[in-house]
Amino acid sequence: MAHFTKATSVKDWLDQRLAIVKVEKVMASEYWIPKNINFLWAMGMILAVTFSLLLVSGIFLLMYYQPNIDTAFYSVNYTIMREVDFGWLWRHVHGVAASVIFLIMYIHMFTGIYYGSYKKGREMIWLSGMLLFVTFSAEAFSGYMLPWGQMSYWAGMVITNLFAGGSLHADGLVEWIRGDYVPAQAFLSRFFMLHVILLPLAIMGLIGLHFAALRIPHVNNQDGEEIDFEAESKKYLAGDKAGSKVMRFGNDFMSKDMTIVGLYLVFFFYLVFYNYGFAMDPVNFDPADGLKTPAHIYPEWYFLWSYEILRPFSVDVGLIAFGFAQVIFFALPFLDRSPNAVAANRRGLFAIWFWVMLVNMIVLTAMGKLPPEGIYSTIGYVAALLFMAQWLVLPFITKFEKKV
Amino acid sequence: MKNKEPLIAVVVIFFSLVTYYLVEPYAHHVLHKEVISKNFAYADLPAITKTGDATRGQELLMGAGACVGCHSIEVAGIPATMTPHDAAAAYGVNPPDLSNMGVMYDEKFLADVIKNPSHAMMNEHMFDAEKGLMHPMPPFYGAGGDIDQEVADMVAYMQSISVTKEDVTPKMAYENACGRCHALEYEKWTQIGTHKNFKDKKDDLAYQIDFIKYKESITGFMGKLPPDLSMYIRSRGEHFISTFIEDPQAHLPGTSMPRVGVTADTAEKVIEYLKDAGDTKRVEREEIGQYVMIYIVIFAIFAFLWKRQVWKELH
Repeated sequence: MAHFTKATSVKDWLDQRLAIVKVEKVMASEYWIPKNINFLWAMGMILAVTFSLLLVSGIFLLMYYQPNIDTAFYSVNYTIMREVDFGWLWRHVHGVAASVIFLIMYIHMFTGIYYGSYKKGREMIWLSGMLLFVTFSAEAFSGYMLPWGQMSYWAGMVITNLFAGGSLHADGLVEWIRGDYVPAQAFLSRFFMLHVILLPLAIMGLIGLHFAALRIPHVNNQDGEEIDFEAESKKYLAGDKAGSKVMRFGNDFMSKDMTIVGLYLVFFFYLVFYNYGFAMDPVNFDPADGLKTPAHIYPEWYFLWSYEILRPFSVDVGLIAFGFAQVIFFALPFLDRSPNAVAANRRGLFAIWFWVMLVNMIVLTAMGKLPPEGIYSTIGYVAALLFMAQWLVLPFITKFEKKV
Repeated sequence: MKNKEPLIAVVVIFFSLVTYYLVEPYAHHVLHKEVISKNFAYADLPAITKTGDATRGQELLMGAGACVGCHSIEVAGIPATMTPHDAAAAYGVNPPDLSNMGVMYDEKFLADVIKNPSHAMMNEHMFDAEKGLMHPMPPFYGAGGDIDQEVADMVAYMQSISVTKEDVTPKMAYENACGRCHALEYEKWTQIGTHKNFKDKKDDLAYQIDFIKYKESITGFMGKLPPDLSMYIRSRGEHFISTFIEDPQAHLPGTSMPRVGVTADTAEKVIEYLKDAGDTKRVEREEIGQYVMIYIVIFAIFAFLWKRQVWKELH
């Protein structure tokens, strides 16, 4: 057993039992971050803040929401929006945060792709991040079911139908997922369960994994420089703060993180109070009606690109393309054969690959919402083919990349 | 090294805004038919050319016009002869009380609706006399004199007994113009009146039965039960509702929703009432929004000052 002495202070008392001094060093003051990074490196903190907002607002909403197909719509739109003090605020914070967190996730992901932050020992960061993205997608989808409006019902119908696997006609699987022939009470109850407990637990676990994956390879930097963290941190601790290439996470980088978080929150709360329509689809303010299909069924904006990869093809081909789009980002660290872990603009053809991928995903996103007619259909089709072609050529263009 | 952050910020903001523009304003512009308001001018309806005489109008309304056979005029001491659900069983929908028609509806519309109801309401596709499908309101064929003069007199009478424009409340506007077809659950409104909290369960059940009967009648009359409008301000938005009230056929050709012929002022009040039902916290939202924005801006400034202080030693 460890030897305990009479504590000299509360801090000492805690330190003997919890090693708080050591923990603080590991987590903050001796967690070393390179100095040559820009504000894009604050996206992780922004995601953590947004997730906290979702968690807190979700807890408040959970106190009044009723997961019952007869009362769900009413409990959201009447009880929470009208009766509960600030219920409207929690709902708008929750709805807007759910949408904006995907914008930040996409920025975070494209930052990672641009700076090659998925390579040379950072593969697990990328993979755990992708797992987070998929889990967040499931969390967003399951949450979208809960108000039991028209889009909840019909999006639930369309997405669960995908599991029939086209020509495989696995209708039994679809019924098993729904717990019924159509989305009904069993469906709502299980998506409620997924949304409020199973998926949030998974997300919190994965966030832990994502952070842990960062410890050994350290954060990347914008110059792709390999920093000797040991030597640089000694330099810092010896007093040469300006000369060292690294800084403390707390409070050095934290202060910058918070500045960016502050700017982000100005933008976020502007959306919450003055421009929330994009995150709360009007169609979902009509109660679910299984006998009335909405004129246009489309997912929330962050799913549109993959929806558009499904849509332009025949059923079976579309499903295969869709499946491809869902998993292919996981393979990025292994498809990129180049030894360079530097910014894309120094990587020749990869720079073109990156910008085409970004623009093409925006094109897919736009086409996913527009009706699949005429020119939109053609653009969507070409964009979907281009998306797949880009992944097929990636190993080749990166294999012949010159070492920088 | 050169600070690239401003450039990066421009790139991030640019692509975010392009995406927003494409999936929101642009996509909605393509998905939804653009209907432009004509400011409730009802230019297709003939203007009233005669000067109406309210006293003669009253005689016509009560006598030759035979209006009070179906319509009540509460301010003139003429109550409804039937309960709403009986009236709906007889006519398909409960005929409106005429007390405040004169102020809430456009006078050209009132004149036309007297002479040719399905023309004014733009639901001629539902009523074809040759097929035996009569509009429940029979047209007024004149009382022997100049029909245009007689109609002008009746309109003048309705205008003379109405409250003033300022006294029309959003609730009155909704109940009169929309409420006989559309429930508004969140304001406790049913098509047969406000749903009171009955102490005795028997009374409540009796009310429910009347309500069910009414809904059955109107479902038969309209083809489907007209929707509850509680959340329409969020599901359809102000512009859609306003232009839909003005000209339903412009949005949904063939819809059984009639043109109701309200004035621009009445339409505004209807929308106000829909906001009271579906966007109750709009004032609170604006107000709290300001405080939160101020708080967050101050937070951001302090965060920046903190960063500047911490980073002084790092360069």
